[in-house]
Amino acid sequence: MVYLQLFYAFFKIGLFGFGGGAAMIPLIQFELVERYGWITSAEFANMVAVSQMTPGPIGINCATYAGYLASGNVFGAALATFAVVLPSFIIMLLVAKALTKFKNNRYVEGAMQGLRPVIVGLIAAAALLLMNEENFGENCADYVSWIIFAAAFVGLQFLKIHPIVIILLAAVVGLIIY
Amino acid sequence: MATLWQLFGTFTKIGAFTIGGGYAMIPLIEREVVTHRKWITSKEFFDMLVVAQTAPGILAMNISILVGNKLRGKRGAVVSAFGSALPSFVIILLFAMFLTQYQELPALEKMFRAVRPAVVALIAVPVFKLAKTANLTWKTVWISVVAAFLIWYFGVSPVWIILVAGVAGIVVRLFLDKKK
Repeated sequence: MVYLQLFYAFFKIGLFGFGGGAAMIPLIQFELVERYGWITSAEFANMVAVSQMTPGPIGINCATYAGYLASGNVFGAALATFAVVLPSFIIMLLVAKALTKFKNNRYVEGAMQGLRPVIVGLIAAAALLLMNEENFGENCADYVSWIIFAAAFVGLQFLKIHPIVIILLAAVVGLIIY
Repeated sequence: MATLWQLFGTFTKIGAFTIGGGYAMIPLIEREVVTHRKWITSKEFFDMLVVAQTAPGILAMNISILVGNKLRGKRGAVVSAFGSALPSFVIILLFAMFLTQYQELPALEKMFRAVRPAVVALIAVPVFKLAKTANLTWKTVWISVVAAFLIWYFGVSPVWIILVAGVAGIVVRLFLDKKK
């Protein structure tokens, strides 16, 4: 049963994941944490950190990782990874025949225009959903966590420090202060 | 002309050596298949990239499938996508096995406890970058706010919101076309 659910969840993620890796995160989070509860919110954040540090697209990394956690075996990991790529196959092979037509289609363009502001909201929701007790302490009041969040935000947004460096720095800080 | 083995080898190499997500893979794919191997032209690659970005799915997978299909048909598409995904799959699987085994280790717990708030920042940062590239104005930003609120507060699935937004975009176009 978990296999059917894994396949369905990741097929959906592959089919509705518009706008690149960051835009896929809210979909993955919603299916895995909110809907099926295969992983906790904290495990999800851990998974995103690991995905940043390992090669390959974050969508593949999350599918493999969550597939393994949900099923407890390699088959589940492979199935979830297959499911997240399957919509790409179907769509790309259909589109490949009419590549230029698709590119210049007014309605495709219209749909994308509608999606753009929504994707911004989706990612904001993903960040908001992660601001919970699992990641920011009881009542979300752990001030050390908020300082780390603020420092990481400034480092990424304004100092343009590479995400991998930020994660490594946070890990070192954790080892020292906790 | 590329053989299936060459396709597999090229994409496995790209998949293995790009840390930092799918976007980091694109320049590498371009360098391999356009500059280095000369399998496709720069213009063809650009067209593929536009389509791969517009369509749903993992960008690096979309472009691998398009390149593979162009060179060796459906088999080429399967081999390229498989090659691209294989290194990530193996490495992340080892991580998952290791972490489920050792997640109780105090050192790991300490590290992840500090890493998690940093990850939330990592997810929050693209919000502002994307808001800029999406050209959000005070007239359109309410759409983003409503979408975020529906998911966060009311637990609405992002899939529904994507569907509604896409259809709305098409309906607006149809309406504008009719008015002309």
